Formats: sequence, C-alpha cells, structure tokens
Amino acid sequence: MTAGFIEIDCESCKDCRLCISVCPHQLLDSSEQMNQKGYCSVRFTEKETKKEERKCTGCALCAITCPEIAIEVYRA
Amino acid sequence: MMKKVFSRPKSLKPTAFHYCPGCGHSIIHRLIGEIIDEMELQEKIIGVPPAGCAVLAYDYFDIDMGEAAHGRAAAVATGLKRVLPDRVVFTYQGDGDIAAIGTAETIHATSRGENVTTIFVNNGVYGMTGGQMAPTTILGQSTTTSPGGRKEKRDGHPVKLSEMLAISDGSAYIERTAVNSPAHILKTKKAIAKAFRYQVEKKGFSLVEILSACPTNWKMSPVDSCKWIDDVMSLHFPLGVIKDIGDKKDAH
Amino acid sequence: MPKVLMRGNHTVAEAAVRAGCRYYFGYPITPQNETPEYMADRLSKLEGGSFIQAESEIAAINMVIGASMAGGRVMTSSSSPGISLKQEGMSFLSALELPAVIVNMSRGGPGLGNIAPAQSDYFQATRGGGHGDYRTIVLAPASGQELADLTFEAFDLADKYRTPVVILGDGMLGQMMEPVAFRPDVQLRKLPHKDWTLTGARGRPSRIIKSLLLDPVEEEEHNWKLMRKYEKIAKEETRWETFESDDARMLVVAFGTAARIAKGAIKRVREQGLKVGLIRPISLWPFPTRVIRDFSKKVKHFFVFEMNMGQMVDDVKLALEGNAEVHFYGRPGGIILTPLELSRVIGSQYNQKRLG
Repeated sequence: MTAGFIEIDCESCKDCRLCISVCPHQLLDSSEQMNQKGYCSVRFTEKETKKEERKCTGCALCAITCPEIAIEVYRA
Repeated sequence: MMKKVFSRPKSLKPTAFHYCPGCGHSIIHRLIGEIIDEMELQEKIIGVPPAGCAVLAYDYFDIDMGEAAHGRAAAVATGLKRVLPDRVVFTYQGDGDIAAIGTAETIHATSRGENVTTIFVNNGVYGMTGGQMAPTTILGQSTTTSPGGRKEKRDGHPVKLSEMLAISDGSAYIERTAVNSPAHILKTKKAIAKAFRYQVEKKGFSLVEILSACPTNWKMSPVDSCKWIDDVMSLHFPLGVIKDIGDKKDAH
Repeated sequence: MPKVLMRGNHTVAEAAVRAGCRYYFGYPITPQNETPEYMADRLSKLEGGSFIQAESEIAAINMVIGASMAGGRVMTSSSSPGISLKQEGMSFLSALELPAVIVNMSRGGPGLGNIAPAQSDYFQATRGGGHGDYRTIVLAPASGQELADLTFEAFDLADKYRTPVVILGDGMLGQMMEPVAFRPDVQLRKLPHKDWTLTGARGRPSRIIKSLLLDPVEEEEHNWKLMRKYEKIAKEETRWETFESDDARMLVVAFGTAARIAKGAIKRVREQGLKVGLIRPISLWPFPTRVIRDFSKKVKHFFVFEMNMGQMVDDVKLALEGNAEVHFYGRPGGIILTPLELSRVIGSQYNQKRLG
C-alpha cells in the first residue's frame, strides 16, 4: 500500500492552477486564501485526511507541472 | 516512512521566480537545474541567457553565466567554448532572440558544428516587451503588432528554425518538445539531458526547441494556454525528434 | 632584435600572437583582409589557438565577448563599416569590463565609401561609438614599428584595466611594408590570474558577468565606477610625441599617417626658416589635453591636419579652451597629401598669420 503526501509553499504559489488540472485524484483546489503576492494559493485537500483514507500516491505530477517549484512530494 | 521524492534542484538558487503564473520558463529552468544536478555539471557548465523574459536567468541558476546582447548568444557561446572546450556551454534563448535578430549567429554556430547546446524557448510572442509578433507567431495568431491575427501578405510566414538547422551537417541533435503537460515535461527533460550528453561527447551542435506557454500575452489562462499548445501550436510546430545523428562515428 | 619586412596588417597579427593572443574572430573587409588571413594560418599552427571567420562583424565582436569572458586574450579587426557594426559590442565590452583588442584600419566613408586610407573614424573611436557613457582606450600608431609595439601593449592595457582597446590605423598603415622588430613572446603561464572569468564554478561560488542593472541606483554606481577607471587611465596612459616643438611658433597637431606626412612637411618648412613643430597624439583617448594646453602658454597658433572633415580638431579646441587660434586643414575620402603639398598649406597659413 503506497501513500503519498505533498507540501505546498503557499507564498510561492501564483494560482496558475496547472496542478489542479493534472492531479489524477483531484486532490488540489483553490484555498481562497490570499498570499503576500496577492494570489489565492492552491491547497492540498488531503492535508487533514487520515492516512488510511488518503488517495495521494505521490505521483508528483503536480510538482512536475508546477512552474514555481512550490510543491514538495513525499512517498512511502 | 515517507521519503521526499521531489524538491528544488540544488543548482537553482532559492530565489522566487519573477515569471508570470503558468509561464513555461520556470518549468524549463527547473528541468535544467535537475539535469545539472544529476549529471554533476555545476562546476563545469557556463550558461548564456537571452534578452527577453529570461534575461534574469542568472538570478536563478547557481552556475557561471555571461550576458549576451539580444540575438548574439550563439556567438558568445562560440567564444566561450573555443577558449574552454572541455566545459559545457549552453545558450537559453527565446524565439525572437534565436530566430529573428539571432538567426545568422544561430545558423552559423550550427554550421560550424560548435559543440554547444541551445535551449530554444518557443512561446510564439515577444513576451518581455509586451506581446509583439515573433518569428514563430502562427498565421491567425493575434499579437500587438499583428492586430487581427498574423496575415500572410501583411506579416509573412512563421519561421521554422529547427527544421532549417537540421539541414546543416553541423547539427547533431534537434528535438522539439513542450512543457504543457507532465508527460511532455518529462520528455523535455530527457531531450535536454541528451543534448548536454551529445555536447560532452563532442557530437556537434544540439538544440531543444520547447513549446512554452505565455498566458499573459496569449490572453488565456495557464490551463487554456497549455491546451492551446496541444490543439493549435503543435500542429504548426510538431513535436518530436527533428534530427539525431545518433552514435555515428563520423559525426563531428 | 632582428627586423623583418612586414605589411602592416600582418604586423598587427604577429604582434598580437606574440602578446599572447590565441583567439581571433574576424571578417573580410578591405583594407585589412590580410589580418584574418595571417591569423588563420598562424593560429592553426599554435596549440590552443582558435580562428573563426565569423558570419559577420557583429558575430565576430560577440565571439570576442565570449572568449574574453572565458579569460582568453582575444582580438578582432575590421575597417570602418565593419567597426560600425561592432558598436553594440563595444558598448557591451565596456559595460561588462572585458579586455579585448579591436583593430580598425580606417577607410574612406561615410557609407560604403572606398578602400583608400582615411581618418574619419576618430569620433567613432574616441566618443565610444556605441550607446551609453563609456570610453575605450584608443591608440594611433603612425608606423609599422609602432603598430607592432602598440598592438603588443594593447593586450596588457586591456587586461590591466579590464577594458577594450582600439588600435586606430588606416589603410595606408595596413598595406605598407616596413621593417619591424617584435618584442619577445609573452609567457601565457606567467600572466596574472584573472579572478573574474567564467570557467565553470569549480571550487568557488558561481559568477555572473552582466551589464543589466535595472535599479537606477545600481546603474548610476556602475557608471561612476567606470568613470573612476577612465580617470585613472587618463592619468597614467596618455601618450604623445613632439617633434621640433621647443621653439615653435605654430604647432601642427596630427595623428597616425597624417602625422607622418606632417613631419615631412615640417622638415620642409623648417628649411625655409619657419618655426613649426608637431604634437602627435599617440593615445587619442585619453587625449593629451594637458600637453596641448601647456603648449598654448607660449604657442598661439595650432594647425590641425587630419584625413577627414574635422574630428580631432574638436579635441584640440577643447584642450585649448580658447587660448590659441586653431586652423584646420582636412582631406577626406582617401586623399593622401604629400609632405610637399602639406608644407605649402602650412607655410601659407604661417605667413598669413605673420609668425615670422
């Protein structure tokens, strides 16, 4: 059973939403929280989800597509 | 136990990018950074940035970098490589830099078979100066100097520089890729790594043309821009290997 | 040192190689074609030498920029229209503080002009020529031997000050064959280490060589830094020669080939009892301003002779600050006056001014 997790650097996010469009499990959406640059950064919806219920596999498609290198990916 | 499997390359400075949301430049910068890390090139690589949005590339790459005037990167790279033939020298240029003002320098560096690598970022406009027509603007594409869309009679045809360079015996490897999807991004990384490898192996001139989004000047969202590359731009600039001399022994 | 009979264009190339120049990027243009030809042959026989006949003078100057960034001793040469093409590169070399040697064998202009010798690139050479506030060292040889010596020294000057150095010759100097003696070869290994070059960041932090300074505060400071450098150069590298100047009542000011003609003319008028001398600027930038001003304490008549429509004469007038009269005589387009012809013009002016 593999599991993955991502960390988003909200201050680097420019709300381009490319990561939202590539996540195979739709685990990203807008946080509607504005960062210092004035962008509403993206959030990882599984941040508070229990480990057993997580769908993230750590495929890193979001991080690969993120222009700001704002996403770090962890994989078991 | 979770292991970090993706993070910022070491050869990129921890500086936030100044590029627009969804711009392909920063993706490409990251790929180059990853390759420099993986191929351990940080101590032997020298880069020549363009005039254009990526003029500040030296703020991001933690490598030796030397500025060139608009269009002249291929000539500056030639000078660098002639003095330091055992270093890896690459230029990073936009479509105007390489295929308008820099056409002669690019064609001749290729013809001479200079062992340098060119990263050609093709976003079909002059980004930094506000979205004017570029040599790679496609017919029908609206820009600030091709109002209503590029018209054949008024504005001429787009330039297919990579195809032109493939004709030269001095070019060893030319591939066109894109950074509009994770799959394409990974292909781009492989292409850039191959280009650097060909340089190290002294095979001749190598170039990777990368279709890259410019959401601001295309006046589309980043997601739509990436789609436009698939649906429209890559029909005019088809992805794939344009030339690869492979392991031919008489290549250089 | 043994002397060899050599054409000026070849002399430049040979002197450069002996000064340690291993990289030459050029383009054919008359009257300096012999320089790239000589370099093509000479560098092909040298270990680590690199010659490129570039696709244009623009490409050549940018190859010079790259090679200089990498720490090489590098030269390019051209003639007037080709030097015009290099002006963006000159501005960049100066802004980036890169050493390089650029040789201009001037010809008739403007435009395509002709291939005869002229001196009409004085402004282009000494006023920068390209955009922005900068100066380049400009040296004006007047003989084959001086071509050899000044080209040789140009590389040290370029390295010492991290600045481009222009050798301003003309088609006559380039084509004439004269006996020259070359200085002993520079030992490349013994040259001072350059701690600013781009060589790959091994064992040291990465370096950037750039001239883009978007913050006006930074750009202003960079301009002041360049200015302070130029002041230092002006203090230490001004060169000139005087000839028959001690008791002169009229001083001819001329450079390069024109000065050579002037010497011949002055010898003739001296035979007639006219007290005429010569100041020959050898560095056109920095210009020997103070020398001319000092002479104007005693000498009130200056005769500027140039093979152009009047360029150096401006610098002479600036130096004199109104302290003396300036008469200008120029012939553009490649016309070469003989010493006899010039002596008549000088004599006529001298007598008109009743200088006795």
